[in-house]
Amino acid sequence: MFMDVQGPSNALFGRLPMILDLHYDNPWIMVALSMVVIGGIGVVGLLTYFKKWGWLWNDWLTTVDHKKIGIMYIIVGLVLLFRGFFEAAMIRTHQAMAVGPDSPGFLGAVHGYLTPFHISEIFTVHGTIMILLAVTPILVGFMNLIVPIQIGARDMAYPFLNAVGLWLTTVAAALCMVSLFVGSFSHAGWVGLTPLTQLDYSPGVGVDYWIWIIQIAAIGSTVGAVNLIATILKMRAPGMTMMRMPIFSWTTLATNIIGLTSFPLLTVALFLLTLDRYIGTHFFTADGGGNFMMYTNLFWLWGHPEVYFVVLPAFGFLSEIIPTFSEKALFNHTSMIVATMGIAGVSWLVWLHHFFIMGAGPQVNTFFSIATMLVGIPTGVKVFNWAFTMYKGRIRLEAPMLWALAAVLMLIGGGMTGMMLAVPAINYVSHNSVFVVAHFHNMFLIIAFAIFGAVTFWWPKAFGFYLDDRLGRIFFWLFWAGSVFVFVPMYALGFLGMTRRLDYIAHPTWWPLLAMEVVGIALYVASVAAFLLQMYVSIRDRKQNAVRTSDAWETSRSLEWLTPCPPPFYNFAATPVVHSNDEWAWRREHGMTTLRAEKYNDVHMPKNSMVPVVLAVFTMALGFAGVWRIEWLFVASIIGITGTLIFRMFQKDIDYNIPAAEVEAMENRTLEQMDTQAQENVHQTGEIADGPVRDGQAQQA
Amino acid sequence: MSLDPNKVSDTSRVQLFSEEADHHDSISLRSLGFWLYMMSDAMIFAGLFAAHGVYLEAYGTSSITAGQVIEPVAALLPTLVLFASVFVFGLASVALARGDKAGTVRWMVVSLAIGVFFLLDETSEFAKLAAEGATPQASAFLSDFWTIVWVHAAHVFFGIIWMAALTVQIARDGLTEATVGRFINLRIFWFFQAVIWVCVYVFVYLMGVS
Repeated sequence: MFMDVQGPSNALFGRLPMILDLHYDNPWIMVALSMVVIGGIGVVGLLTYFKKWGWLWNDWLTTVDHKKIGIMYIIVGLVLLFRGFFEAAMIRTHQAMAVGPDSPGFLGAVHGYLTPFHISEIFTVHGTIMILLAVTPILVGFMNLIVPIQIGARDMAYPFLNAVGLWLTTVAAALCMVSLFVGSFSHAGWVGLTPLTQLDYSPGVGVDYWIWIIQIAAIGSTVGAVNLIATILKMRAPGMTMMRMPIFSWTTLATNIIGLTSFPLLTVALFLLTLDRYIGTHFFTADGGGNFMMYTNLFWLWGHPEVYFVVLPAFGFLSEIIPTFSEKALFNHTSMIVATMGIAGVSWLVWLHHFFIMGAGPQVNTFFSIATMLVGIPTGVKVFNWAFTMYKGRIRLEAPMLWALAAVLMLIGGGMTGMMLAVPAINYVSHNSVFVVAHFHNMFLIIAFAIFGAVTFWWPKAFGFYLDDRLGRIFFWLFWAGSVFVFVPMYALGFLGMTRRLDYIAHPTWWPLLAMEVVGIALYVASVAAFLLQMYVSIRDRKQNAVRTSDAWETSRSLEWLTPCPPPFYNFAATPVVHSNDEWAWRREHGMTTLRAEKYNDVHMPKNSMVPVVLAVFTMALGFAGVWRIEWLFVASIIGITGTLIFRMFQKDIDYNIPAAEVEAMENRTLEQMDTQAQENVHQTGEIADGPVRDGQAQQA
Repeated sequence: MSLDPNKVSDTSRVQLFSEEADHHDSISLRSLGFWLYMMSDAMIFAGLFAAHGVYLEAYGTSSITAGQVIEPVAALLPTLVLFASVFVFGLASVALARGDKAGTVRWMVVSLAIGVFFLLDETSEFAKLAAEGATPQASAFLSDFWTIVWVHAAHVFFGIIWMAALTVQIARDGLTEATVGRFINLRIFWFFQAVIWVCVYVFVYLMGVS
């Protein structure tokens, strides 16, 4: 029933004996392995030295607190972002070295220092990581961290399921790290075009790693999407109607509707490919009636909505940051909501623009071309809304605002080139050129800029102290300069006709532009150093940089600024009642900045659970067994997962009650640590340029 | 409560924090989440049916056509069996609505047994196909035919495991908030399998021979 595979394999270890034949003499792999091993030993050593294992297990690994889960998502994402960046640097430096027939070769490569197979692996893993294991977890992390507080909820709708989603994502990330040393990764591009990914053409375990990593990550995203949608629909504070909901929560809702409906299609595409590879069906093969454009269609049916899955939360970040530092309400809240849902809707109608050259004919291409251009309308609405928010506002160029403004500029550049690519006539010429690569990196940079803006913006809320401002600005300018130096030459190279994914550049005249890109990479490396230094300095100086009030920026607007920094585990001791689109701004403008409620009630909270960690262990085994075709372990993992779920079903003691008196005592302790005077007077420090306070009495209250 | 921010003259009358303890109906919250999950599951079948449209006559070099392997009349038996299981599960929920624990458990066991029969019947049908050489490896059409039917069967299989566990739990714990919430979700899941089977029967079996 199962396909015969190349190389050694047996019943006990599956294809694992194959790794004995793999080449571990590759210095790159050994450098990466030693980095991971040293890093791992360092972390384990520190945890043991400071006796923090119990803290790690009880406070973090088994937690069901949405804030901690959000932070862990972001940490996983940032680690993988770092790895993805490393790979980008390797691709750029290799290409700059492998120009022309006279260019020297190192480490077994004829030109440059990476062999063709190795660079194929690197660009594949770069794409897979950046989209699915870096950007997605970071964004989902922010949704977890912020959305429940922003809508005035105590926790997510399903806190346990939330932890399961985190752990599935972590397993996918861990499997990706394992693939670096045990076996190899796919060489077929992150899209995994068939029939190249079929067993005949990719006999190794690389494609299998790619399949299982994405499948597990996709299940995690689906679980997370269910949770966030239910949370937003059901858990809002009294008075918070849908139309009063902050834009970041709206973009989270839109994003997760997209995720919930599109990720299953990726699951189908990869499942059918799995069947092709494992039992020899003929879905996407070149023979037996298979149709490989079916794969491309199914993949992009997910792939394009996925683009909006990652860009909409970034738009949400901008919609929170720009009004705060313009000291003014967001221009036309309602049209922003309509534009968000508009983008989400159109996202389903444009997938074919990824392969206009399939040859579907002029009618089909025209439809998808027009649909693609339609995306520009709601996106344009958003850009104008941000611009009008800043118009006549009192703009403060604090670090998060710099990131947000750069993101808008990136959006304009990326949007314009996107409109060009939406024209099939242009697309036929530029398809598969680095112009396309520059375009979508331009779009992903919006997300990167928005993410670092969001990190700076919400850091004081999550941890109770500010990030170092000076290093933050240095980080920003280096990152900005790096982006310009890498991607402007890339657009030019695209016009010159350079195709993507090259391991050797035949035109020596392209070298100056490629060298400029390397300069950009050097700037990026410097920016990463600035970021790490910023983290170190900020954590070292956390006492001096502590936040005194609930409103770290003094002009912020939504409900998450109505809790102490960092928020207590129950978020709000008493649920706030919402009166306005920007509740916190409204209260501040009316001098009602107190955090003290008149009456406290019992608080009902879920208990920590180790079940998600156990599920993660079984899922890791499942993925590993899938990749290496270890049949007994695969079946055992499925039994283990089912058994664990049934065990959870029979668990009774899963939540607890905190009596009202205890809530009040805890709340008093939290409030005592804050600067009460500053909290009461926060409205005097942050006056509003175009604010609605006209009633003298209100301010005195 | 809607207040015009420009017209607040007496802020002491503004209620800033809710004085009521938050109460969420856990059963309806969980059913909403389960409906959302069902939506994503429906998308899985949507993808498979879209693929089915492409592979309708994708026989490759195989001589086996749809007309030779698809027998709508024979497939009427599993259809009726699955409907019977769903109907009996409906009887269990009638018993649940009456607060009749014993009746709920009894009908769930019957529904479960019929579900097992559905799977056994399907297994024997497809074993016959395999013996005739109509394996999923023979052509893209057969790959698709096997996959749709067996993805559905896998759902039924996990539904049966869930039903068995829940039957035990209801027998032990009675009709509590937790068990009733799970029962309602399982009902959504089980009825959904019948709905999917209707689509399979129409699009795969009936259209397959037309």
